[in-house]
Amino acid sequence: MSILVIAEHDNDTLKSATLNTVTAAAAIGGDVAVLVAGSDCQAVAQEAAKISGVSQVIVADNVAYANQLAENMQPLIVELAAGKTHILAPATTSGKNIMPGVAALLDVAQISEVTKIESADVFERPIYAGNALAKVQSLDSVKVLTVRTTAFEEAALEGSAAVEAHGAAHDAGKSSYIGEEVVESERPELTAAKVIISGGRGMGNGENFSILEAVADKLGAAVGASRAAVDAGFVSNDMQVGQTGKIVAPELYIAVGISGAIQHLAGMKDSKVIVAINKDDEAPIFSVADYGLVADLFEAVPEFESNL
Amino acid sequence: MKVLVTVKRVIDYNVKVRVKSDNSGVDLNNVKMAMNPFCEIAVEEAIRLKEAGIATEVVAVSVGEKSCQEQLRTALALGADRAIHVEAEQELESLNVAKLLAKVVEAEQPGIVILGKQAIDTDNNQTGQMLSALTGMAQGTFASNIEIKDDKALVTREVDGGLQTIELAMPIIATTDLRLNEPRYASLPNIMKAKRKPLETKTVEELGVTIKEHTKLLSVTPPEERQAGIKVADVAELVDKLKNEAKVIG
Repeated sequence: MSILVIAEHDNDTLKSATLNTVTAAAAIGGDVAVLVAGSDCQAVAQEAAKISGVSQVIVADNVAYANQLAENMQPLIVELAAGKTHILAPATTSGKNIMPGVAALLDVAQISEVTKIESADVFERPIYAGNALAKVQSLDSVKVLTVRTTAFEEAALEGSAAVEAHGAAHDAGKSSYIGEEVVESERPELTAAKVIISGGRGMGNGENFSILEAVADKLGAAVGASRAAVDAGFVSNDMQVGQTGKIVAPELYIAVGISGAIQHLAGMKDSKVIVAINKDDEAPIFSVADYGLVADLFEAVPEFESNL
Repeated sequence: MKVLVTVKRVIDYNVKVRVKSDNSGVDLNNVKMAMNPFCEIAVEEAIRLKEAGIATEVVAVSVGEKSCQEQLRTALALGADRAIHVEAEQELESLNVAKLLAKVVEAEQPGIVILGKQAIDTDNNQTGQMLSALTGMAQGTFASNIEIKDDKALVTREVDGGLQTIELAMPIIATTDLRLNEPRYASLPNIMKAKRKPLETKTVEELGVTIKEHTKLLSVTPPEERQAGIKVADVAELVDKLKNEAKVIG
C-alpha cells in the first residue's frame, strides 16, 4: 500500500483536517506521503513532516498552487498518483472541490466522505444524510477517497518525515483567485469547535442570536444554525449545520429553539453530548438529546449564560 | 449563449428514509420522489440567466430511468426550453453520469453547465467536478453567486469559513449551493405548457459511452440509533449535569 494524502493549509499553517485524514490513511496501512501544494508554504511542509505515521512530505511550492485552484491542483496530483494505491483528502470544501476531478482524470471512482476503513478496498460512508450507511468496495486500482474528518482522530505530531521538493508547476490558466471574505471571528470554526451552540427558527430573528453569542464567548464555542433559521434569513448559510450544511461532531452541542428536523440531526447527531433547549416538549430534538430542557429559550439561555 | 442544467430524481427531502430489511439498499417503493433540492436551485439560476438576457436557451438534462422525465417536465414547467433524457436502467455511478453528460456537452456546446453540488440520496458531491475535468471546462463549485461578463465568469463560492471569489474563463461548469437563489414554483398554466415542450431521449449507446463498474455496494444498514437522555428540571440542573456528570464544561 502506498498512500498519498493531500494536505489542507493556508500556506502558513497546516489545517487539522489533514491530521484526521492521515489517521484514516494509517488505518489502511502502508506508506503514507503527504502533498503540501501551495505558495511560500515551507512552514506548512515542516509542520506536515512532524505528523506521526508520515514517511514523506512532498512540497510543490509554486504560485500556481497558492489558492489550490482545482484546475491547477488536479494535474499535479494525477502526476504524483503514479505508483500510489490510495489518494486521500479531507472532505472539506477544498477536498471536495479538487478530488472528484482527480478521480475522473484517473478514470476511477471517488468514494466520498468515508467514515470507516474496513480494509484496503472496503469503506463505509453515510448516504441519505446519514440516515443509512453504505459499505462500498472499490474495484479500481487507485482508490480516491475523501474522508469525513469528524470520524477519525487527529494524528499526533511526533514524527520526522523527509521533505522533498516537487518542481513541476501546472497552471491551467483557466481560473484565478480574486479574493476571500473570511468571516472574521474570535470564535473557532464550526467544523473544528469543541463546543457549538446553534439556534433554530425558535430564535425569531437574527438579532436574537446575540444571546447565543454571549454563551459562545464564555464557552469558547462556535455558533451554528439550523436550515430553518438560514432559510428564514436570520443568519448566513455558512453557519448552517445539517445535511446540506456542515457536519459537526463536537464534545458539546447545544441546540436552542431547534425542533430537530431529519436534515439537522444528520449534521450533529454524532456530537458527544447533546443539549436541547426548546419550549415544545414534543420536539424531535429531545429524542437525541442527552439533556433536554423544556423552557422558553429567551429566559433559559441568558440564565444559562449567567450560571457559567 | 446556451445553458445546460442537470436534474436528478431523488427521494423527497421530507421523507424519512428506510433501509430495506435485506440491507440491499433504501426502500424506494411508494415513496414520494422529487427533483433534488440543489438541482432546483440550478434550474432557477439557468432561468434567471435567460430572464437577464444572458442566456438564449435553457436545456435541461437528466440521466436515469424513464420516471425521471417527470422531473424534466418540472424543469420545463419552471422555464427550461427543451429537455434531454439519457436513458439508463441501472443506478449509475457519478463518473459514468459525468461521461454521459460530457457527451451531451460536446453535442450542445453550452456556455455554462449548472449542476446541483450534490444529490441528497448518494451525497456524493462529484458529478460537476468530474464533468469539469472530463470536458476541460473551468469549475466554480458550491456557488452562491454567478456573474457572467463576456468571456469571463465571476463565481463566489461557499468555502469553509467564508466566501471565496474566483474568475473563470468561459465556458464554465458551476455547481449550486443553498444561497445562490430561492427557487420559484411552477404555475399551473406553465405545467400545462410544459407538456408540449420538446423532450428528446438518448440512449447510452447513442452517446457512445461504455459504462464501467468502479464500485460494488456491499450493504446498506441503518445507523446506530442515539438513545434519548433525560429531561432536566431547570437551568441550574442543566449546568450541574454538564459540569459534574458529562464533564464537558469547566
